[in-house]
Amino acid sequence: MSAMRGDGGGGHGGGFGVGRHHDFGDDALTRFDTGVVRRLFGFVRPYRRILAGALLAVALATAVQVSIPLTVRYAVDSAVGHSEYPLNTVLAGFVLLIVLNGVLGYLQESISARLAQRVIFDLRRAMFAHLQDVSMSFLDQTQVGRLMARLQSDVNALQEFMENSVSAIGDFFLLLGIIAVLLWMDLRLGLLTLSVLPVLVLVRAVWIPWARPKFRRAREASSSANAALAENINGIRTVQENRREAVNFDRYRVRARENLDAQIASSQASQIMVPAVDILTGVAMGIVVIVGGDKVLTGELGVGVMVAYIFYVQRFFDPIRTLSMQYTTMQSAMAAGHRIFDVLDVPVAIRDKPAAITLKDQEPSIEFRQVTFGYRPGQPVLHDISLWVEPYQTVALVGPTGSGKTSITALTHRFYDVWQGAVLVGGVDVRDVTQDSLGHTISMVLQEPFLFSGTIFDNIRYGVPDASREDVVAAAKAVSAHGFIERMPAGYDTLLGQRGRNLSIGQRQLLSFARALLADPKILILDEATANIDSFTERDIQQALKKLLKGRTSLVIAHRLATIRDADLIVVLDHGRIVEQGSHGQLLAKGGLYARLHASSHGSFDELP
Amino acid sequence: MSATPPQNTNLDLDISKLNLKAMPRVLGRLTRLSFRYPWQWFFALSCAIASAMFNLITPRLLGRAVDQAHHLLIDGHTHPEETRSAFLQLTPALFGEATQQAFQIIIDGHAHSTGPRAALLATALMIVVACALRGTLTGLQGYWGEVVAQRVGYDLRLAFFEKLQRLSFGFHDVNHSGDLISRGMLDLEGVRAFLESGFLRAVVLLLLVSFGAWRLLGTDMNLGLIALSFVPFVAWRATRMGLLLRLSWQRLQQLMSDLTLTMEENLQGVRVVRAFACKNLELAKFDQTAQAALRLANRRITIRMGSMSMMNFAFYTALGLVLWIGGQRVSQGAMTVGTLTEFLTFMTLLQQPIRQVGMIVNSSSRASSAGSRLFEVLDAEPSIQDVPDARDWMPGEGVLRFEAVDFAYDRSLGGRKILSGISFEVSPGKTLGIVGPPGSGKSTLAHLIPRFYDVTGGRITLDGQDIRSMTLDSLRRAVGLVQQEIFLFDVSVHDNVAYAEPWAEEQRVVEAASIAQIHEHVAGLPDGYATRVGERGVALSGGQRQRMSIARGLLAGRAIMVLDDSTAAIDTTTEQRVRSSLRTAVRNRGTIIIAHRLSSLLHADEILVLDEGMIIQRGTHADLLKQVGVYADLWALQSPPVAKTTPTKKAAKNPELEVS
Repeated sequence: MSAMRGDGGGGHGGGFGVGRHHDFGDDALTRFDTGVVRRLFGFVRPYRRILAGALLAVALATAVQVSIPLTVRYAVDSAVGHSEYPLNTVLAGFVLLIVLNGVLGYLQESISARLAQRVIFDLRRAMFAHLQDVSMSFLDQTQVGRLMARLQSDVNALQEFMENSVSAIGDFFLLLGIIAVLLWMDLRLGLLTLSVLPVLVLVRAVWIPWARPKFRRAREASSSANAALAENINGIRTVQENRREAVNFDRYRVRARENLDAQIASSQASQIMVPAVDILTGVAMGIVVIVGGDKVLTGELGVGVMVAYIFYVQRFFDPIRTLSMQYTTMQSAMAAGHRIFDVLDVPVAIRDKPAAITLKDQEPSIEFRQVTFGYRPGQPVLHDISLWVEPYQTVALVGPTGSGKTSITALTHRFYDVWQGAVLVGGVDVRDVTQDSLGHTISMVLQEPFLFSGTIFDNIRYGVPDASREDVVAAAKAVSAHGFIERMPAGYDTLLGQRGRNLSIGQRQLLSFARALLADPKILILDEATANIDSFTERDIQQALKKLLKGRTSLVIAHRLATIRDADLIVVLDHGRIVEQGSHGQLLAKGGLYARLHASSHGSFDELP
Repeated sequence: MSATPPQNTNLDLDISKLNLKAMPRVLGRLTRLSFRYPWQWFFALSCAIASAMFNLITPRLLGRAVDQAHHLLIDGHTHPEETRSAFLQLTPALFGEATQQAFQIIIDGHAHSTGPRAALLATALMIVVACALRGTLTGLQGYWGEVVAQRVGYDLRLAFFEKLQRLSFGFHDVNHSGDLISRGMLDLEGVRAFLESGFLRAVVLLLLVSFGAWRLLGTDMNLGLIALSFVPFVAWRATRMGLLLRLSWQRLQQLMSDLTLTMEENLQGVRVVRAFACKNLELAKFDQTAQAALRLANRRITIRMGSMSMMNFAFYTALGLVLWIGGQRVSQGAMTVGTLTEFLTFMTLLQQPIRQVGMIVNSSSRASSAGSRLFEVLDAEPSIQDVPDARDWMPGEGVLRFEAVDFAYDRSLGGRKILSGISFEVSPGKTLGIVGPPGSGKSTLAHLIPRFYDVTGGRITLDGQDIRSMTLDSLRRAVGLVQQEIFLFDVSVHDNVAYAEPWAEEQRVVEAASIAQIHEHVAGLPDGYATRVGERGVALSGGQRQRMSIARGLLAGRAIMVLDDSTAAIDTTTEQRVRSSLRTAVRNRGTIIIAHRLSSLLHADEILVLDEGMIIQRGTHADLLKQVGVYADLWALQSPPVAKTTPTKKAAKNPELEVS
């Protein structure tokens, strides 16, 4: 059964990544890592009183559990008249113990489980909140899937570990308590009975390295079969278009068969432990019967001790099993903890200064002062850029792919900090204003419109969560999105499928225009999208653009000739430098790069080599 | 710490929300599936029964041992030295005596009054043997149980896979792929877990309780009743707990998948989040779901621990009563201390499986919902199948005709007509262009040709034969469909291109790739055609993916090529090259091109303009420009200002080199 832990695990987070993609390095870091534990304890510290309470409850509950068979001993002894305590006194003690057992057992488990849940919640939230602040460069270079794996499977591995930890401590105490009581009742009998424990430990020590590869193989076979299934379902239309059903079925059958064999082998490996444990239990009981019987016989021992021994022997294998399982959990938790703290340690490059000011009534100008910037050290993508955008003007950025257009827009919004020089918005260095106020002053429309799951309504008012229905409709009408929205099954309340798959790209673009318009920014940054937009929507988009740009300072990464010609200023970039500036007419007359671009492109600047 | 007040956090757990009515039917069907392996099943069950029997013997033996020791104590008091020295002589003879006695106990049910130490030794030996047998049988039961469950799981896996492949587009349109994957993974797992342990555990439990009850009640009616009094209570609590945990688990899963979505979208849309300074909104969204999940998780802890401590308490209360009453009887001499031990040990033995009632109920309930979700797919009938006397399409001329075709998706869009009265003909070597606004039915039309859906009116023929009377296999081999979005499998470039013809020679694959203008790029990849693409392979740009798609379609279609907006992401220069090489390659096939870049359609023999599922204009490019209408408007919009003045002339002059 333990072998099956891995593949059901996908359900824990609800995502269906196939199995866990452990592509983040080796799991060699499986030792008990004090660094990870110390940092983990940092998350527990706010609740240390609760933790102390939990540990106290564990200790008490364990003591009670160990005492119960002991009272059985006295009860039996007094029943046969060999005890100084009367039966009723012993039973009163028993009643007290079972009440305590109920209460403490409940407290122990629920306090620790709640604590684990709380700490895990805090940890996940800390990661998520941290990811909101880390630099864009980090997010650019990291796949979303990897981060999700950390937020989910790693956090879950840690959760499992935390939940089991307190009860593992309880099990450890229980084992110690049982050993102590057995030895206290009778040293020789105790030692003889406990002699099976090292044997069990030895057996497990041999068994684990033998069984583990089988379990691993079973996990891998299962996720490989599931991956094949998932891929076939995702590509089912292609499968049917190409008549691949028979071939795919045959291939899938091979994988399913491998999985079957691996699962059966893993079951064999885990079931073989069952008789081993039972035989050792039997031997321990046999020892109790013979040696204990001998002692009872000579009057050395009351018969109650023998009964109590029988009770203890039945219990003391459980803690060993759970403890060795907890060891496995710990190994993966340590690796998971490492990866989680890796994320939490990503530095936050961009923070508000303590005395950061709020942008409010400044005239919306944009200025670049001798800016040099790059994403990787030593590889600048912008060289000594100086640029002045008058308030309420539209500036078109033009240039071949990789000329630095997108970097200029990203710096204006302070997604990154410049290497040299300064970017000023409203006459203030962007490093001296709060990021929040910068965000409210500037809106961005990205080339690839991104929509969130939810209604069209909520997507339009994303930047302004308290916008009214009228405002949203007005914004949609202004960018000619109202028509197609109304035709959707539930109008503005239509739920968008996965990231708006039920809309064409042009329609998605219009929604992102509406979103920007509703936010009513003083400065608009727009990355025009032209590819994949059908001609019918294209017309609407061109009209919507005009409305959107009116009355704002705009920085447009322009592809459409129409947009470029209407701009107040055209800035031509090449290899991270401004090579030309001016109006359409001026630049054409100049006969430089712009004129060449214009001549080779017709209609659109989009498809330049 | 939450920014938003908790809303809609109704954690009311109402068991009646679980569909328990379907449970007997679904579980019965699942159990019948395991009867396909009668021998393995029989072994598992026999081992379960036998191990339960040995499990039941242990308390009896332990009780006997206690009695023997106790009686020895009483009898041996007179000659302690003698008994002691005799006991320590564990001679082979004593072992012989012990073995003999053990046999006698087994055969006659009681021992003759042989040596008391031999009796103890005999009991000890029997305990070891009983435990060893119990362990071995439990292990075997677990093994055979898993063999049956895994085999049934294997059968279901294959049946599920096979069925999904046959179910038509109509089914896949309304069933989200993520949902189907979770059925194939998680639900299958749920069913398997039940078959592996749930069912056998229930059998073992029933056996243990009934044999134990028989034994205890037979020994002492009153004490037996007290000893068993915890069973119904614990069973009831455990059942309730199992159901509540199941229900809250489903709820928790929902919350967790909402949380996943929130986090995933936040990361994918990070530029939007930052552009609109929506960090706080995102954290509030996170908190709302995560806090609800936290509350539910805590609620689950309360349910579980509350029930567990109540069950423990009930058990120990019964144990206490047995001790009290039994103890009194022992002191009165009405009962031996061994019988009391037997009672106590038996109760401990029963405690564990009774608690498992919760697990059994939980797993049955999971298996019931998982099973019904699986059977839903397995029982679904593909709406598009070969008719009984379907014939293969004989490679002939390859003339495709639409005759007054109507189409409506019956389920999803409330029966609205997507296409009405569509008629056209495409002969080999001819090209038909289709243009129209989004939602006008272009892609639907393309999907009718390989019969992904059946027409609701009129008919489609290939070489005069209705496509519904052909075998799907031959029809789909005749049609090469190139979609806007290609699905790349996690295999090599070669296998992706040759997807329709897995055994195509390298040369044909290279040829197709060359026509699609992707050969040069592929040749430059680290391993050429053996390079892995897809999820875990090298990334391809949108245009490269479309060219892969074209290459794949080229290998597939024998009579008709349908290009559904398949060049939109390819830059214009490359598109021209693709088009001209494509024209040569498909010289003897009919071609349908769906596009919104009108320049792609210039050379078409006929162009259809679709709107709301109807043909509103048709003709050649030149014809359509002469008409006042959508087409001419579009052309004006798409053409560069320079070209706008003399579009027709330019088009006529050199359509192949036209750039939009």
